[in-house]
Amino acid sequence: MLAQSVWILTLLCLAVLVSVFGYVITRSTEVSDYAEVQRKWYAIRGKWFLCLAVFGIGVSLATLLPFPVAAQHSATAGASPVNVVGHQWYWTIDDTEYEVGETIEFRVTSADSTHGFGIYDESGALLTQTQAMPRYTNRVLYAFDKPGTYSVLCLEYCGLAHHAMTAQLTVK
Amino acid sequence: MAEQTTIAEQDQSLVTYSEQEQKLASLGIKAYLMTSLLVFSLMMLAGVTLRASQGTFLDIGADLFYQIMTVHGAGMVGTAGLGGTAVLWYFLRKYINLSSKVLWVNYAIFLVGVVLILGSIFIGKFAGAWTFLYPLPAKSMGVWSVEAAAVFMLGLLLIGTGFLILYLDIGIKLIGKYGNLGRALGLPVVFGMKPIDPDHPTTVVAATMVLIVNFIGIAAGAVVLVLCLFNLYQPEYELDPLLIKNLIYFFGHVFINATIYSAVTAVYELLPKYTGRPWKVSKPFYYAWAAATLMVMAVYPHHLLMDFVMPTWLLVIGQILSYCSGIPVLAVTAYGALTIVYRSGIKWDLCSALLLLSMFGWAGGVIPAIIDATVSVNKVMHNTMWVPGHFHFYLVLGLLPMILGFCSYLSANSQQEKASATGKLAFGVYFVGAMGLILTFLASGANSVPRRWAEHLPDWQFLSQLGAIAGGLVLVGFLIFTLQNLVRLPKASI
Repeated sequence: MLAQSVWILTLLCLAVLVSVFGYVITRSTEVSDYAEVQRKWYAIRGKWFLCLAVFGIGVSLATLLPFPVAAQHSATAGASPVNVVGHQWYWTIDDTEYEVGETIEFRVTSADSTHGFGIYDESGALLTQTQAMPRYTNRVLYAFDKPGTYSVLCLEYCGLAHHAMTAQLTVK
Repeated sequence: MAEQTTIAEQDQSLVTYSEQEQKLASLGIKAYLMTSLLVFSLMMLAGVTLRASQGTFLDIGADLFYQIMTVHGAGMVGTAGLGGTAVLWYFLRKYINLSSKVLWVNYAIFLVGVVLILGSIFIGKFAGAWTFLYPLPAKSMGVWSVEAAAVFMLGLLLIGTGFLILYLDIGIKLIGKYGNLGRALGLPVVFGMKPIDPDHPTTVVAATMVLIVNFIGIAAGAVVLVLCLFNLYQPEYELDPLLIKNLIYFFGHVFINATIYSAVTAVYELLPKYTGRPWKVSKPFYYAWAAATLMVMAVYPHHLLMDFVMPTWLLVIGQILSYCSGIPVLAVTAYGALTIVYRSGIKWDLCSALLLLSMFGWAGGVIPAIIDATVSVNKVMHNTMWVPGHFHFYLVLGLLPMILGFCSYLSANSQQEKASATGKLAFGVYFVGAMGLILTFLASGANSVPRRWAEHLPDWQFLSQLGAIAGGLVLVGFLIFTLQNLVRLPKASI
């Protein structure tokens, strides 16, 4: 859902960019006094800069407060801990069956190289992820809202069978 | 007295060279560009092979797939450095006395590095990706040897060393002329200590930024490569994987960005020739380049947003600076290019068209990059095909058109010439192919398709097939450009 929204937003922004370049190109062979062009365009640039700044600040506040990553130095109260270890080229997950609505705290690490722990739903949409790195444990919180079979795919290149490094989770 | 000398007084005369030095420089520029065009073509072929394999057009096996993926990444990044440097060096030597011998030393070291990398991949079967993410090079599960990994990293180290030598020459000459790098970058104007000097070359400002960030970036890369090499032979000497990851992404991010900031000097120098409108330094220009100097180095944590054990403040910086880093491109450089072109009476040719295309590509690449740098978005986009989507935008439609535009300018002996039918065809095929390639990457990313997978699930294959076809068009367009330039560049008067 989020990924699709991002895709549409990107296409809209690109359409605007194409329009601006197209507008300039179609008028590029006409001639105007450069000082006049500069005066007009630089006046717009100030507003454009302000627009970018205000938009950036707004989006930053909206997306960073609260910070969208679980606390890393302590267990999250009320969450069910699940230990996940990436190996070349398989996953060990100490519990793979969960309840709908149950908040799971995946504690993700690696026994060898760096892997990527990505959870996919049955439609093939990526729901969340974190890196699985040796000597470190990343904690990621997720509450499944639908029953079904979910897939774990490796999202960090880890060698010859990287693409075969999958596992399954069941949500009842 | 040097403190009282203004930049304007220093820049009033351009550097003159002896005939022999000029000849050496001319040959050097041609060698850089022709090598770049040839290697880019081969690496594009490699890229198309990868997409074709993911789309089941080809069956090359996972081992060869990941070898080709490794050579594609290392080859493209290294060659982007070579081509971008050629553009920057050509224009910069007008203002400071650069050594052609040093240019050739870098070229020779680069070639040795390339041979080592090719040997490690296709003889040693190294397939640890160009990012050599610790500890993967040492943990191949028997696919490649420690020696193969070492040779690959030695190759990267050599290439970095060559660039460092070149930057030393640039740094010494910049300091020799401007007194220090701060003045060359225009910091006295940024801090209100001096008025704007309209004769301060934009290329000097860009070169100073590139020198600062890339010297530090490559030095960090050299440190991490030496550490990893040591670890290969002394595995009991373990490295901190998070620290090494930070260093690798700092190096990689800075290096690839510096290629674009180097090559953009072609836009600053050449678009004014076409429009008759000068591209002068201004306060926003200085602010933008000073900010870019800091941001290109500080923004790299956006590559580590899914490493939740990173300090939170670094992840926050990664997101916010990613937003900020788009502003110099969107509000200064691309905007400046549009201002210069608008109602200028420009007579379009291949060079000017490619240069304006490069502004579109750079600005366009900013959009998916910035969105993906949002932590909550990154959770569903990181390491999907969205990532190659955004950096191919920058590189295929940003960097490469800058280099191609520059080649076209030199091939035409610095004269404007009407685009040939072949040139127009190449431009059209290349542009359509590039947009197709980029959009299929981005669409795959939006559909959660992971990057760097040798085998694609059936649901993912259609977009991979479209991507392979689009990549093929990019290759065809680029080959036409390459052939044209390989014929014309040797005869060009530089």
